[in-house]
Amino acid sequence: MSHDEISFHLPPPATAIPAPPPQPAPTMVPLTIDGRAIEVAAGSTLIDACKTLDITIPTLCYLETLTPVNACRVCVVEVEGARVLAPACSRQVEAGMVVQSRSARVDLSRKVVLELLGSSVDLSTAPGLSEMMAEYGARPERFQEVIGSASAVSSVAKPIKIDNDLYVRDYGKCVLCYKCVEACGTDAQHTFAIAVAGRGFNAHISTELDVPLPDSACVYCGNCIAVCPTGALMATPEFELRKAGEWRPETQAVTDTICPYCDVGCTLTVHVQDQQIVKVTSPFDNDVTRGNLCVKGRFGFEYVNK
Amino acid sequence: MPRASPVWRRYLAWGGGTSSYQEIEETDCILLWGSNARETHPIFFHHLLAGLKRGAKLYAIDPRRTATAQWAEVWAGLDVGTDIALSNTMAREIIASGLANREFIDHATTGFEAYRDLVEPWTLERGAAETGVPAAVIREMAHTFATARRAIICWTLGITEHHTAVDNVMSLINLALLTGHVGRWGSGLNPLRGQNNVQGGGDMGALPDRLPGFQHVENDAVRAKFDAFYGVTVPPKKGWHLSDMFNAMDRGELRALYVIGENPVQSEADQHRATRLLEGLELLVVQDIFLTETARRADVVFPAAAGAFESAGTFTNSERRVQRVRKTLDPPGEAREDLAIICDLARRLGHDWTPDAEVIWNEVRQLSPVHAGMSYARLDQHSGLQWPCYDDQHPGELFLHGRLWERPVRGPRAPFSLVKHELPLDQLNAEFPLRLTTGRRLAEYNTGVQTGSYASPTRRGAVVAPVHVDQGLRPGLTFMTFHFPDDVATNMLTSDATDPLVSTAEFKATAVRIERA
Repeated sequence: MSHDEISFHLPPPATAIPAPPPQPAPTMVPLTIDGRAIEVAAGSTLIDACKTLDITIPTLCYLETLTPVNACRVCVVEVEGARVLAPACSRQVEAGMVVQSRSARVDLSRKVVLELLGSSVDLSTAPGLSEMMAEYGARPERFQEVIGSASAVSSVAKPIKIDNDLYVRDYGKCVLCYKCVEACGTDAQHTFAIAVAGRGFNAHISTELDVPLPDSACVYCGNCIAVCPTGALMATPEFELRKAGEWRPETQAVTDTICPYCDVGCTLTVHVQDQQIVKVTSPFDNDVTRGNLCVKGRFGFEYVNK
Repeated sequence: MPRASPVWRRYLAWGGGTSSYQEIEETDCILLWGSNARETHPIFFHHLLAGLKRGAKLYAIDPRRTATAQWAEVWAGLDVGTDIALSNTMAREIIASGLANREFIDHATTGFEAYRDLVEPWTLERGAAETGVPAAVIREMAHTFATARRAIICWTLGITEHHTAVDNVMSLINLALLTGHVGRWGSGLNPLRGQNNVQGGGDMGALPDRLPGFQHVENDAVRAKFDAFYGVTVPPKKGWHLSDMFNAMDRGELRALYVIGENPVQSEADQHRATRLLEGLELLVVQDIFLTETARRADVVFPAAAGAFESAGTFTNSERRVQRVRKTLDPPGEAREDLAIICDLARRLGHDWTPDAEVIWNEVRQLSPVHAGMSYARLDQHSGLQWPCYDDQHPGELFLHGRLWERPVRGPRAPFSLVKHELPLDQLNAEFPLRLTTGRRLAEYNTGVQTGSYASPTRRGAVVAPVHVDQGLRPGLTFMTFHFPDDVATNMLTSDATDPLVSTAEFKATAVRIERA
């Protein structure tokens, strides 16, 4: 049998290691945050700039992988000379900006925003929210006292939607941050199964014509669940365990592995409680997935649960 | 089991996609050929969508108007099995319009003149008549692809599940060589692998002619290295492909089979024959996480742990990225990791192997130059590394074949292949007038885990299944999935006509008729 040279011997290594085309060095912008002078690349947001100084800005509707929508207003900071507070998630740095990440005005604004949210929405399953409330001294019950309502969240309480086997929608917990809409739409999945419908108090996340999920365009990728900051969207196993009082995240082993289905190679972060997989997520900083998965990767694990 | 053809390595030496996912976001033209990536590779498609947002043009070349085609500039709905006719027509149009990259052709390729002569008769009119794709569409694809600053061709099993699997892939490589769309950032050739770790299996030498790292088993120097390392003599001849094995069973030459993680009774084309041959074996050993239809026929069944969740190791993905797989659960009952089972078996045969994934991986690194730099520590640190990765300092390569652009060319030049159009072997006639093609749906996967009933006979068998009218199918075309073999055994129908080089079965092209059941 004869062999052509090219299949019989491995080709020599390339002389230079392949690389993307060089990018022009970014223009650096000088600014001051909390009295500290820094330079960051033009186009960065204030939240990016704060990160370089290890300043943590509280957020609800912000996520690195999504386009900022300025919905929640928890991230506001004070920019010297500006009439109003600026949302750090979207406001881009400008040369000479002087920024206060914490000031009396910033803290009061964050506190009231959290109180308004907490008085109208059930935030009991929002990770990190109670710590955030404590940090800013937020007391949502103040508004409850004002309106005299028995329950802080009764004003917009809604029945839980359970219309499919894979996830549950409890819009009584929805803060209308738009993250799910963006993840379903142009920031990731491009399925466009959901959008914000209605105005004012009636604004809510809805499928087209408010049809049940199985009749909608939904493909059950669950990328909306991954970005939901309050647990309004929750995969069924977690929902059932919480209902039974058996959801114990502190006992869960969390391990990264690679999805067993197609060969795209998505990292699955597997949450295991009592030798059962109870949740699958993916890291937002992973280059392959950017936190997104498909229906198989996110929900296709029942075959290994006993 | 449907499998991507790994043989295109014959012509570019490496058996792997040339580009990174990041590049599909930064390319200008994408030919998605025989691939419904929107449903079959959803997260890859996210990267592709980012490319479209940046302004890339997507052409979906597929007999079906799929969810993928809805995102395309144009859907080129070709007749099943006319891929080479289409690519040769595109090539002829590119050459005739003076859009071939003569500089790259002269510098880095061989055999251009013969290729030019081969495609010369494929005028737009002839190509349109043979493929069913309008001449204007073929022209637009050819011109956009050839003149794009960067362009990527991706394909899936629509290219490889034909008896002309290898030639189909070669014809796509020809287009890339003709236009210089390979070996550069944002330009390349990428098979989207159908199953997790198909790439890794090839990496590790689960191919009849390769040792780990794509090293040819008939190359004396390569074998000498393995012989010395293991103190044994590696057989100097390449082995059999899966379909070769079935033929060998038919001839009585292959009498014992050890099947790991595959369900050929339901996944092989022409299921009647596959089942008969497997049942005729003297010994059938099956190692699987399920008691599959194949396992039910086995003499010995080894219950195995589930790869991604109950065992440790690595998978290689479609961008050649080797990533670590970690154990998250204990396997149920008596099920054990594949590695433990194989090492126990080896011990019974007199070999003392260590059933530890990292120890074995380090063995691979010693023998396979392209994996040498991928220690577990580095794989952790970098969220995986793309081969080739030659040493502990090497970052891995984003794209392959940059050597073709070096001056002078480093290593051998890349040859054009002379591939001719041939229709599927299962030809249509008055008795079987419709074409059946198969595929996967978003929420289902292979043979694991919809008004009115109709029977669909072919030359090999018949099944009864509900039908519905799909506007995405062109006249004369029918489609079935193979996901629920217990309900509808689609592979009772399919043809086991195979490619002579890689023996990929022609799952994509079966002649059928449809009758009311």
